[in-house]
Amino acid sequence: MSRKIFDRELESLISQMTDMGNTVDQRIEETIAALRTMDLEKAAEVANSDNEIDQTEHAIEKLCMNLIALQQPIATDLRVIAACLKILTDIEREADQCADICEILTVGELNTNSLAITHVVQMLEAARDMFRRAMDVFLSRDVEAAREVCESDDIVDAMFSKIILEVCGIITESPQNVMREVDLLFIIKYVERMGDHATNIAEWVIYMETGVHPDLNTKED
Amino acid sequence: MESKISIQNLNLYYGDFQALKNVNMEIPCNKVTAFIGPSGCGKSTCLKTLNRMNDMIENCKITGKVTIDGEDIYDPRTDVTLLRRRAGMVFQKPNPFPMTLYDNIAYGPRVHGIKNKQKLDEIVEQSLRSAALWEEVKDRLRKSALGLSGGQQQRLCIARALAVEPDIILMDEPTSALDPVSTLKIEDLMDDLRAKYTVIIVTHNMQQAARIADETAFFLLGEIVEFTDTLTMFNNPKDERTERYITGRFG
Repeated sequence: MSRKIFDRELESLISQMTDMGNTVDQRIEETIAALRTMDLEKAAEVANSDNEIDQTEHAIEKLCMNLIALQQPIATDLRVIAACLKILTDIEREADQCADICEILTVGELNTNSLAITHVVQMLEAARDMFRRAMDVFLSRDVEAAREVCESDDIVDAMFSKIILEVCGIITESPQNVMREVDLLFIIKYVERMGDHATNIAEWVIYMETGVHPDLNTKED
Repeated sequence: MESKISIQNLNLYYGDFQALKNVNMEIPCNKVTAFIGPSGCGKSTCLKTLNRMNDMIENCKITGKVTIDGEDIYDPRTDVTLLRRRAGMVFQKPNPFPMTLYDNIAYGPRVHGIKNKQKLDEIVEQSLRSAALWEEVKDRLRKSALGLSGGQQQRLCIARALAVEPDIILMDEPTSALDPVSTLKIEDLMDDLRAKYTVIIVTHNMQQAARIADETAFFLLGEIVEFTDTLTMFNNPKDERTERYITGRFG
């Protein structure tokens, strides 16, 4: 006895999720490049491309709902589909954060010479690394590796705290530029959230495998 | 959780064929317990050991122990008629007797010596009410039971089982011959019955087990692979064979 049609659809679901993850990873890479070089044109492209990700999200959501309605999944099958629905939101939110960051960049008022910008780029690279590893464990379903992804959030959080202090120092020294630095604070908050979304993805992978959803993201707001 | 039925090291043979292998279970009181598994896995055989229906099969040999409320039902001193009164059975195909609805229900109580008409009237009404059939048939009690629909006939059979005041109701695929509406009525009924009775159901319909059972046992090749609460069984089974069976990948 086998479930050929269902198995094929499940494979398609995983494949579509992975493709979406790759597209979002591309967005993060472009966001890093735009931030590093202050490429306002590239930033505008990323900021305006979010609609495509949203449409992919809706298509995958529909596939999940159809699988639940028509195939009545249980046990691991149900956990995989439920986890995909949750992970889908986190992948989409990663893309949202990229669009938000790039929208701030397009205004063109950031201090491009600030050392803080360099640190923000490093923080974004760390968040990207978390996201890539989260999508890797989504495929491998390696619970131990998933836990390691969640632990990496501490690194992103520590960078967040450090940059806040840096920005506060800059504001104290040059209070006339406070609005520009506030934009930077928004950006690092978005990046910090990207780390949280990657943690969420890894947590749902643990749920897929074990049936228990851990909360390894206690600092989430 | 209070155990109603205890099965210990149960082995059952049909001649040389071993149909049950070292089965151990504690079936809880006032719960619905489902037995699932592929055809020939021993689930119906196990159900029938609980009221000794297998006694009627030639060359059937049983070792081990089955107790109900602590009493060994395979003790030679056990009154099998009384045992079957305590553990009533409902079969796959509705099997009303070719007589009136009233007489179908009154049959068991009469066999057990109740002759008083008023008492029988009370038993008939109460049993039909408990089986969620009274409102549909109260005006046709003196008509043949064979005129009822399949779903009504099955509820009549449940009412007939309830009429002799059992503690346990054994159901062997009770809805497999019924349409979805009748099936849901029987499932609703099982939900009501658990308040007063210990219900054990054999079903091939895993969604049915998921919907109605508190506990579920998965049988395979005469053994119990997994016996756990139904939520765990269908959400996160521990045994790979259970997972493969319930997700439809058993081969």
